[in-house]
Amino acid sequence: MIMEVLIASSTEEICELLEQDSSRQLLAGGTDFMVEVNYRHRSPSSVITIDQVPELQNWHHDGDSVVVGSCVTYREIERGPLATLVPALAQAARTVGSPQIRNAGTIGGNIGTASPAGDMIPVLSALGAVISLRSSEGKREVSLEDLIVGVKQTSLRRGEFIESVRVPVLDSPQEFLKVGSRSAMVISVTSLAFITYPKTRSVGIGLGAVNPIPTRAKEAEVFIADFLDWETMQVDPSGIDHFKDLVSAASSPIDDHRSVAAYRRKSIGILAQRALTRVFTEGVL
Amino acid sequence: MTTIESYKTKSGVGVSAQRPDAVPKATGKFSFSSDLSSHNMLWGQTLRSPLPSARIKSIDFSEALAISGVHAILTANDVPGKNLFGLEHPDQPVLADDLIRYAGEPIALVAAEHPEIAANAINAIHVTFEELTPLTDAESAITADPIHPEGNVIRHLKIDHGDPSVTGDLVIEGTYEVGMQDQAFMGTESGMAVPSPDGSVDLYISTQWLHSDQNQIIEALDLPEDMVRLTLAGVGGAFGGREDVSMHVHLCMLALHTGRPVKMIYDRNESFLGHVHRHPAKIWYRHHATEDGQIVKVEGKIILDGGAYASTTSAALANACCFSTGPYRVPNAQIEGWGVRTNNPPCGAMRGFGNVQTCFAIEAQMDKVAKALGIDPVELRLINALEQGDTIITGQKITGAAPVKEVISSLADHPMPGPAENNLLARPGGTGRTTDQKHIKRGVGFAVSIKNLMFAEGFDDSSEALCQVEDGNVAIHTACVEVGQGFITLIHQIAEEVLGTSDITIIPADTSIGSAGSTSASRQTWMSGGAVLKACEAVVVKLIEQIFEDEGVKYENFNGTLVSEDGTKTIPVSEALKGRSFHEKIVHRHAPTFPLNNKGQGDAHVSFAFAAHRAVVDVDQELGLVRIIEIATSQDVGRILNPLQAVGQIEGGITQGLGLAVLEELVMKNGVIQNANFTDYLLPTALDTPPIEIAALIEEPEPGAPFGAKGIGEPPTISSTPAVVAAIRDATGIDLRRVPVRPEDIALE
Ligand SMILES: Cc1cc2nc3c(=O)[nH]c(=O)nc-3n(C[C@H](O)[C@H](O)[C@H](O)COP(=O)(O)OP(=O)(O)OC[C@H]3O[C@@H](n4cnc5c(N)ncnc54)[C@H](O)[C@@H]3O)c2cc1C
Repeated sequence: MIMEVLIASSTEEICELLEQDSSRQLLAGGTDFMVEVNYRHRSPSSVITIDQVPELQNWHHDGDSVVVGSCVTYREIERGPLATLVPALAQAARTVGSPQIRNAGTIGGNIGTASPAGDMIPVLSALGAVISLRSSEGKREVSLEDLIVGVKQTSLRRGEFIESVRVPVLDSPQEFLKVGSRSAMVISVTSLAFITYPKTRSVGIGLGAVNPIPTRAKEAEVFIADFLDWETMQVDPSGIDHFKDLVSAASSPIDDHRSVAAYRRKSIGILAQRALTRVFTEGVL
Repeated sequence: MTTIESYKTKSGVGVSAQRPDAVPKATGKFSFSSDLSSHNMLWGQTLRSPLPSARIKSIDFSEALAISGVHAILTANDVPGKNLFGLEHPDQPVLADDLIRYAGEPIALVAAEHPEIAANAINAIHVTFEELTPLTDAESAITADPIHPEGNVIRHLKIDHGDPSVTGDLVIEGTYEVGMQDQAFMGTESGMAVPSPDGSVDLYISTQWLHSDQNQIIEALDLPEDMVRLTLAGVGGAFGGREDVSMHVHLCMLALHTGRPVKMIYDRNESFLGHVHRHPAKIWYRHHATEDGQIVKVEGKIILDGGAYASTTSAALANACCFSTGPYRVPNAQIEGWGVRTNNPPCGAMRGFGNVQTCFAIEAQMDKVAKALGIDPVELRLINALEQGDTIITGQKITGAAPVKEVISSLADHPMPGPAENNLLARPGGTGRTTDQKHIKRGVGFAVSIKNLMFAEGFDDSSEALCQVEDGNVAIHTACVEVGQGFITLIHQIAEEVLGTSDITIIPADTSIGSAGSTSASRQTWMSGGAVLKACEAVVVKLIEQIFEDEGVKYENFNGTLVSEDGTKTIPVSEALKGRSFHEKIVHRHAPTFPLNNKGQGDAHVSFAFAAHRAVVDVDQELGLVRIIEIATSQDVGRILNPLQAVGQIEGGITQGLGLAVLEELVMKNGVIQNANFTDYLLPTALDTPPIEIAALIEEPEPGAPFGAKGIGEPPTISSTPAVVAAIRDATGIDLRRVPVRPEDIALE
């Protein structure tokens, strides 16, 4: 079998190469891609490497948001200025694989794989990320929920790729918590992102590894808003139990070799409670 | 005598001599079996069954054979000799011919110009199966329809010791389960077979026991012994998983068929399918104790799931049963064990061999007895600890060193660790940032173990060594396999001790010398170490004779220095060897052992080693997450030959033990492994491995053992597991009866 490898150096070039043949597959850090190739779950005949494309490797601070190129690595996200701007994304990035994986793996690849256990997913979901897609036909922007439509399924059109991800810069507490059986380098059993929005006095809760598609615990977000005091950053403890239950109820986990649904359902609620009480101290309002 | 002491050099026995392969391994220059290559080499691959139980209806490989670059496709019909192999006895097909008995069973072999071509050919072989219902429950296997002509019960063993009518003031019952652990060595199976024009073959392979491999290969190839030569290739870890034949016969068949060298490397997934695992176990115990804490009787039933083929199930079951009452004095015992066949993957040797499973259960029982009687768990163990002169439940008297009390007391006296660092990373959940200080409960657990050293039950266990001197240059040859345990260091140290020089050549381990036995059962220091010692000593005896003939002066050897009878003359052995040649080959045996009789009684074992572990854990009970803070240990070692290597064995063994306690399990579903990869077979990372504190290494020389040294490789793995689980029980109050302990086992209680 012969595999063609095309090294793209600009986004235009990616567009062109995909226009010529939309069956060509994109290779970013390769940390998901190559595992599939090695196990023969995937045998592409033509591959476009995109990790050397400068526009995709960069990120920039744009007013009250940051735009992160799809080929920005976990290493870049987990520390330095990006970690200050979007702390939950950095916290999640630090849980991904090993240093070697974080040096190679990218945020675009995590979205492209569209695994329910992808650690960027709950954070991007809770942040209300906007994903910029690009093809020779032009650009369009979608929400993560519109992009990831099933387990390892995206709504990317023929010849389309992920160019960047836009997330808000909030300058307020954010939390990412992940349960795995091992202390490091482990796929999420459950994970949760908790984002505070002081301006709208609301919170965003993204759930990881408990649903086939990106999911916010919307009812829990709305419910807990009434129990929060944004001046003193306190939460009324009387709301916590129900909040926890609402988060658990927003999950539809499965039994598999990593865990059981009952544990996932329970632990996602606990993660929500812990994130909440890390950010808001308990006190009767 | 004081002057003699000063001749002792710095690199003999007892010092931390550095491994000769340490730097090459650390810098990537060491050549592992996966690095083998040869001119004109082909690549082999194996087609394996996806189903755990099936009948092969047909195999069509015409399409595969037509692929350009494919040189051979072989099936059961092409096995030249007996299509059976097996470590204890041959019961496993080299290639499945009719029935598939486990998911992963080899069906066909391919040799091709390139691994990719071989993989394409594998995909182009079409096998039609008639799917059968797999037998996956070990307990029902005892009475179920046989899945193999030899039946489902590989071994049924009863130990009937003392008076069965005795009862205790306190009776404690418990049922326990052990999941399937894997050796998960770093270097996957790999090797190369090189054919010769005369129809013979040389196999370069990473293994644990060259001669056992050879015996099995010659039967399958129907060749005489001298036509199948094995040479050890660089081994990337073993832990029992390389004791069985894997690709050996396959490689030889492909090489002999194509007339070209053939190489194979299993990928990680295939490695998990291609070697035996630790036996999963179900164990029931009933302990009887007096009010003052003496164990007066133990009743037990032990079922080991051997998977589809026998491998070493029989010997593992013997270990499980013989040591089912732990390192304690138990005057009365009724133990019944079954090693059974199922359609699960074959299970066999892994570090701790049979003792790991029962130790987990017995130590849980000891804690329950202690709790029920209101006795401190350490105290209860001291009350019942075996001593030299005591009898174990097989009726065998312990004649060697048994410093069980010393091991326990020294560990109990060791200071406890302080609180964990105050940061998220140091808590349960690690990088996942799950756990705040307020969610943590600390627990402490203590466990003690016994391990028999070397082969048992009358096996004629031997090792051969050659000490060859040519014009003063010393070379030592054994077939002892270096799997990483450090025997090559020890050869230098022993040579230094006897010959006064560590400047020797080690001849690669191969089958041109007699068997060294397996690198397993904590036996090689005693067996091959003993053989090397005797071979070196034999050379010195000859040397002294020659000098006497030459000079008329009688010398005696003191640690590598010859001293004349009158004490006036000294000469280093290495000096005296110059210009001389010797060739001394000896076979070393340990004291004989005997089979167990129908009541499970007999002097079946050679020697025993003891260890104790104390684990301190922090548990986030709500989420069921565990962080091991420290494991401390004391171990009965006889004598330390290389402190650095001893610590290495202890740290590695404990890490494997804690892996079984909280992480490592091959998850089975209907006979199929669900996590045959390192994404989901979770080994401890550096963050999961706590500081390991050695409280004491008890040096009480073992009679009959070279230098008095006991094997030290296995004990660290055995009681570390129950110590960790006891600590989790202590922290949470949950009666955990299964390892590994999963988060849901704690959080959903
Ligand atoms: C040892 C190991 C540990 C891991 N641990 C974790 C973990 O803890 N958490 C976690 O979430 N993941 C983990 N992963 C998975 C993987 O590292 C991540 O999903 C990573 O983000 C993938 O990024 P990549 O750049 O390597 O993607 P690639 O492997 O290059 O690509 C992944 C998929 O996305 C597509 N793709 C890539 N870029 C684009 C784009 N710009 N537009 C459209 N499609 C695109 C590719 O075609 C491919 O289908 C682990 C992987 C390994 C091997």
